[in-house]
Order: sequence, then structure tokens, then C-alpha cells
Amino acid sequence: MIFAVLSGFVLALLAPTLYRLSARWSGAVFSVFPAILAFYFLSHMEAVAGGAAYRVTYPWMPAMGLELSFNLDGLGLLFALAITVVGTLIITYAGSYLHGHPSLPRFYLFILMFMASMLGVVLSDNLIALFIFWELTSITSYFLIGFEHDKDTARAAALQALLVTGGGGLALMAGVLLMGQIGGTFEISALAADNAALQGHRLYPLVLALVLAGAFTKSAQVPFHFWLPSAMEAPTPVSAYLHSATMVKAGVYLLARLSPVLGGSDIWLYVVTGFGAATMLASAYQALYQTDLKKILAYSTVSVLGTLTMLIGLGDKLAIKAAMVFLMAHVLYKAALFLVAGSIDHETGTRDIRHLGGLRKTMPIICAGAGVGALSMAGLPPFFGFVGKEALYEAVTHGNLPVTVVAVLTSMLLFAVAWLAGIRPFSGAETHTPKHPHDPPWTMWLGPVFLGCLSVLFGFVPVLPESLLSAAASSVLGKEVHMHLALWHGFNALLVLSLVTFGLGALVYWQLETIKRVTEFALPAVRRGPSHWYALWLRFLNWSAVGQTRVLQNGYLRLYLATIMTVTAVLAWYTFLTYGDVAVVAMDWGDIGVHEWVVGLVALVGAIATVRAQTFLRAVMALGVVGYSVALIFVLYGAPDLAMTQFLIETLSLILFVFVFYYMPPFKRFSSRVVIARHAVIGTAVGAFFTLLVLVATSVQWHPTISTYFSENSYLMGQGRNIVNVILVDFRGFDTLGEITVLAVAGIGVYSLIRLRLGKGRGS
Amino acid sequence: MNSLILRTASRFLLILLFQFSIFLLLRGHNDPGGGFVGGLVLAAALTLYAIAYDVRSMRRFLPCRAQTIIAWGLLAAAVSGIFSMFKGQPFMTGQWGHFDFLGLDLHLGTPLLFDIGVYLTVVGVVLIVIISLAEEVEDD
Repeated sequence: MIFAVLSGFVLALLAPTLYRLSARWSGAVFSVFPAILAFYFLSHMEAVAGGAAYRVTYPWMPAMGLELSFNLDGLGLLFALAITVVGTLIITYAGSYLHGHPSLPRFYLFILMFMASMLGVVLSDNLIALFIFWELTSITSYFLIGFEHDKDTARAAALQALLVTGGGGLALMAGVLLMGQIGGTFEISALAADNAALQGHRLYPLVLALVLAGAFTKSAQVPFHFWLPSAMEAPTPVSAYLHSATMVKAGVYLLARLSPVLGGSDIWLYVVTGFGAATMLASAYQALYQTDLKKILAYSTVSVLGTLTMLIGLGDKLAIKAAMVFLMAHVLYKAALFLVAGSIDHETGTRDIRHLGGLRKTMPIICAGAGVGALSMAGLPPFFGFVGKEALYEAVTHGNLPVTVVAVLTSMLLFAVAWLAGIRPFSGAETHTPKHPHDPPWTMWLGPVFLGCLSVLFGFVPVLPESLLSAAASSVLGKEVHMHLALWHGFNALLVLSLVTFGLGALVYWQLETIKRVTEFALPAVRRGPSHWYALWLRFLNWSAVGQTRVLQNGYLRLYLATIMTVTAVLAWYTFLTYGDVAVVAMDWGDIGVHEWVVGLVALVGAIATVRAQTFLRAVMALGVVGYSVALIFVLYGAPDLAMTQFLIETLSLILFVFVFYYMPPFKRFSSRVVIARHAVIGTAVGAFFTLLVLVATSVQWHPTISTYFSENSYLMGQGRNIVNVILVDFRGFDTLGEITVLAVAGIGVYSLIRLRLGKGRGS
Repeated sequence: MNSLILRTASRFLLILLFQFSIFLLLRGHNDPGGGFVGGLVLAAALTLYAIAYDVRSMRRFLPCRAQTIIAWGLLAAAVSGIFSMFKGQPFMTGQWGHFDFLGLDLHLGTPLLFDIGVYLTVVGVVLIVIISLAEEVEDD
């Protein structure tokens, strides 16, 4: 199973190369991979439905409690199948939808990487691993929303999605760490087995708030819902896959997965149910006002996410069952509708429902797919959406009255929205569109038709997905449950409620303009509010960043140096005078030979000459003298490696300085006497401290020296006799790796700064 | 700079210093030397050549752009740490072996590859700075 999750990342890296080999049929070629994974997960269906959980563990960083442990239970399997099956259809579709797009290879890279990350999220049993995959989905989503990166709106939407979900991700990380601290483990299964410790802890409300912040931002719950409609800037296959079928459900998944750990308390019930209910109603209402096909679908997606959140908040057996059924129904119809919207956009050149009509004649196959999707979304029999809605009603009517009212109102609005998105573009008279529409190639209708067929099949024979959904509900509830789905429940109160919903929904659609006009007063509150706060917050962040940068990054090298030196001197002197023992400093001046005196004097003269120099060149030469003297001292005291390096560094920096002088203005003195005096004080303080430190360090031995360890072990463990080198490449090799990375970054930084400043932009 | 003596000398020095830098790199594990110093020697030699002629002539000796040299250096250093992971040991555990090469018994290990990485990175970084600074001077 590790292979099943991680192979996606490997394939993603190879995607651009593979694309070159198969450009023409790339979509179909790449979709083979998720299809294989889908069959792999299907093959586990029977075992999982029988109650067995398939688990593999690979110790990643055992010292930090980080394990790659994957757990395939009912809930994980349901999501894994949604990810791989929809993924197969989406990639097939994208090959045609983005055909000829210059960045298509990059699209495959990100979408495959996303798919692998998403599988990681739904299969990880370790919270840290889950969090890493969770963040990977946010990042790949950022790249996919900003896929058309030359468009301002796409970039803004991508950034907005990243900031909102990334901010939630940070909260989630804190929540995860707290959970691990309190529970003593990061394994979700272990935490669920002993949830009393966590729920009884005084920090439980904080943990819950942090985790919910993560889940609510990811699943676009009010008041974070605004990023999802903006994310419709992404190419349609991305919207269908990430922002409808899979990624936005990660928050819902997390709630479901953690409900055995965190759920069951009163705050959980009120907060999760409350936010869910608010989201489902507010977004279904906003969906009515949209004219962009994708925006309509986006708001209705948010509404469904709210419904799922609400059901998980209610948390009883009926609610969890309903959540699973509703989730599956939504994956089937919403992905189909998104793909339909993409096809319409692709074939007609517009997604504005005011300009669309009569497409049933020109796009019959797409029309069939759209019709099934829309009717399932409206919750009409005999489609699977009806089964989902019945389950929802059954759950809420056992709950309480306010929730029931919200559910009925939302279903009524979504009924109208479904008509708006799935039926209206195809009915009525033909309209004039930018392009002359016709049915797209099979790769682009396969998705809606396949998903539509499943909606019909599961609607007529709801026994088929029963075992999977029961297993999923069982793993959320933590105990074995069986559900019995049926299209016909007999003539009962639920059916009446459904009929009322259909009637009201039809009324809303019929009187849409009137209703929109009457209820318009509420629109600014739900629509402008949160995204307005987001804009304000962003502006504040930018303002404060600019402000503090202006103060701290003032561009004067001498101020930077003065700041660094002052802070060092003050802190170091403070520590030294408080804890140091100055009395032990004792020097034997008689030991110093004449040649050492000479070298020391030369260095001193060089230092004075540097300070007093009147030209750049003289200053640098004098500085070189100091450096070479230090190198000589290394030679005298038997450190050939250091001496060699020091000589070369001095030489090269001298040369570099000479090149830099070319850009410098003539040598001038700007500093007043006060400034010079200030610098002298700072310099003396630092210099005196380090002199003292060296004297103390050489005369006292607080701890046993580590050099004996290195000299004893360098040949035995490092297989080398040059201790300096063995330390660099072996004992402290990881440090060196970090250092050369910094060196490389600095080199590239110099290169780009010089190129940027001169504005020539040539490659070298 | 237009000095016949410097030009003539720098051509021979470049070859000698290049060999010396390799020598330093290879002996580093047992005697003074190593990838960092070796890299600095080669970079200094190339810089000397660039001063004697110009940067463009110096760049003829480079097989690729300086950025690419840095990339190869970092890659070599990072890859050298991975071998141990195949044996289940922590990242960057030194792996050593004896190799028979034309009758010579070579004692080689992954730290050498790491040192080569350091060597290449240092050469690349010094050159990228020299090239960016000097080319603009020459162009103006």
C-alpha cells in the first residue's frame, strides 16, 4: 500500500518526460495509472467490508514518533476509490480539454502529485504524516489554481486559496502536536482507542478549535468559504477534481476520521453542526445569484460540504450513515456536472448561463450526462441523489427541528440550483455563442456519462454500494453498522417532506427573479463580509511587512553591522561578566618567539592601515595583510588546512573586491566624528570581548576536550588521517552539506542581483 | 589586462594549478587538503586566467554554465549520503570499499564523492560571482 501511495509522486516526477513520448494520447496514457490504483483498491473491497482493516507501517523517523503507517478501512477505501476513479476520468478528460496547452506536462505533474498526496491524507494513520500530505494537497492546489499563471485573477485566487488553507494548516499542525502531546501517540487508531484522556484534558477546547480551523478552511466552511468560488479560476478538470470531488472533502474527511477521537462532546455537537448548517444554507442561497456555470456549481459544492459537516457534527448512527451516502452521491453528480460545464465552456466559448440555451440539439451526449447529474443533484428519484437526500432527511428528522428546517430549505434551493446549472443551458431556444457547439470527443464525455451511469445504477440498485458505505460508516462510528438503502421506503413522512421540497424548489426556480429581488438585502452580509475581511487582513499584513522592512532592512550595510555587533557585544559581555571568571586569565609572555611578535605586529599595522586608508584599494590591501598574517599564525601553530584555506580566501576576496570597486562611487568620508566614535566604541567592545574569550578559553578547561574523541576515532570510524577533513566530510558532514547549500544560494543570489540591477536579463 | 608575461604564465599555471587542485582534493582525507581548498585553488587559477585574458576566454574551459556546476556539486554531495540508506543505515553514514584498479589497490568511499561535491560547489560559486561581476565590467 506504501507503494500505491508513493508511486504517484514518482510518476509525477517522470510526467514531463513521459508526456514527450505520448503527447497525442497523453490523457489516456496517464489515466492508466489511477485506473490501476482504483482496481487495486477495489480488490480490497471484500476484506474491508468484512470488517478487516489492512495496515502497513514503515518507520520513517521513529525517534520523533513519525511513522508512515497506512490504514485501509471503510472510510479510507471510500475516499481512495473516489480519488482514483474520478482521477482516471479527470485525467482522460484533461488530455483533451487542455490539448495543445504549452504547460500540459506541468499539469500532469501537479495533478498526479496531488492525487498521491490526497491518497496519503485519506490512508495515513499517523497524524504527522497526514499533516504533511494535507499540506502537499494545499500546495499542489495552489499550483493548479494558478495554472494559467499569466492571468492576474488566477494568481490572486491561487494565493487566496493557499493563504486560507495554509493558515488553517498551521492551526491544524498546532492541534496535531497538542493531540500527540496529550495522547502520547500520533497514531489516530491509538488515540481513538483512548479518547477519554484527550476529551477530559483541560486543553481539549483548544485542540478542538485548532483542528476545526484546519478542517473548516480546507472544506470551505463559513466564514472561510470564499476561497472556493474564487478557485474556479483553475482549469475545469482541476475544479471538478480538487475543488469538488476530493481536496475540499479533506476537511470533512478529517472531521469524520477524528470524530472517534474528538467527537461526542457538547462543543463538538454545537460547533460542528452549527457551522455546517450555516454553511449549507448561506452558500445554497448565494448559488442562486451566480451566472457563471462554474461559480453556481462551486457554491452548491460549498453547500454540500456544509451538509456533510453538519451531519458529522450530529454524529449519531443515522447522521454518519447519511453523510457517507450523501458524500458518494455528491462525488458522482458534482464531478459530472463540472465536467459538463467544462465541455460547454470548451465547445461554446462561454460559461455564462444567460448566454446559453438549447444545447440539447447540438450536444446530445453531454446533455444526457448533465441531465442525469442535475436530476441526481436535485434529489429526484430514481437517481442516487434521491437516496442520499432521503438518508439526510431521515437523519435530521431524528435530530431536531432547526436542523430539519435548514436541511429542507437547502435542498429546496439546491433543487433550483441544479435546474439552473444542469438543465437550463440545454433547454429553450438555441442561442448565439462565441463558438459553434457540438459534442466533444469521447475523452470529454466519458466522465459525465460514466458517473451518470453510476448515479442511475446505484439509484435503482442501492444494494451495490451498501457494503462499502456500511464499512465507511462503521469506521467513523467505531462500531459495526449495517445500512439498508432502498429507493422506495413506502409512503411515509420522509417522502412527503421530499415532495414538499420538490414543490418548493420548482417554485423557487419558476419565480427565481422575484425571489432574488426580495431576498437581495441579505446578500451583502453573506457574500461581501468574509472576503472583505480577508482583503483587509491581507492589506494590514502587507502594510506591517513594508513598515518593519523599512525599519529593519534600511539598506545601510554599516547599520546592519553596527546592529549585529552591538547586540553581540551587549549579550556576550553581560553573560561573561555575570557567569565568567575573569581572574583565571594568565599569560606567559616569555613563551612568544620573535617571529610571532613580528607576525602579530604586521597584523596590527595592517588593521590600523585599513581604518586609516584613503582609497578603496589601499583599504582592501591592508585588510589582506591582516588576513595573511592570520594565515601565518595558523601555519606557525600547525594548522595547514586552515592556513591554506585562509590564504586562498584572502586572495580571492581581494580579487572580488577589485571587481566590485568598478561599481563603487569615489571614496568619500560621510561619517561625522560622532558616528566614527560610536563605531570605534562598538568595534572595541567586540574586539576586546573576543580577545578576552580566547585568553580565557585557552587557559581554562571546563569540559573534556572533544578533539581527543575526533583524533581517536577519525581513522577508526572515518577512515581518514586528516582530522579536519574527516570532521568536515564525515562526522559533521550534514553541516557541511548545509553550508555548501547556503554557499550555492549565496552565489545564485549574487548572480541574480547583479543581473536584475543591470536589467539585462541575458543568460550567461 | 595586457601583459605578455602574465598571459604566458597563467596558461601554464592554469594547468599546474588544476592538477594541484585535484591532488589536494584526493589527498584531503589523509593529509592537508580537501574539496574546499581544492575548489578554491581551481577557482583562483581560473580567475587568474580571466584577469590575464578575459572572462570569455576563461569560460571556454568550463564544460557548462557555472550554475550547472553548482547543481552537480550539490547533487553529488547529497547523493553520497543516500548509499548508506540502502543498507538501512542513517543518511550519510560513510561507505568504504577496496577497489582493484590496474593493479592498484584503491580505498574509496562515499566521503570522497561528498568532497567532490564540495569541490564542484565551491568552484561554481566563486566562478558565478566572478563571471557576473567581471562580464559587466568588460561589456561597459
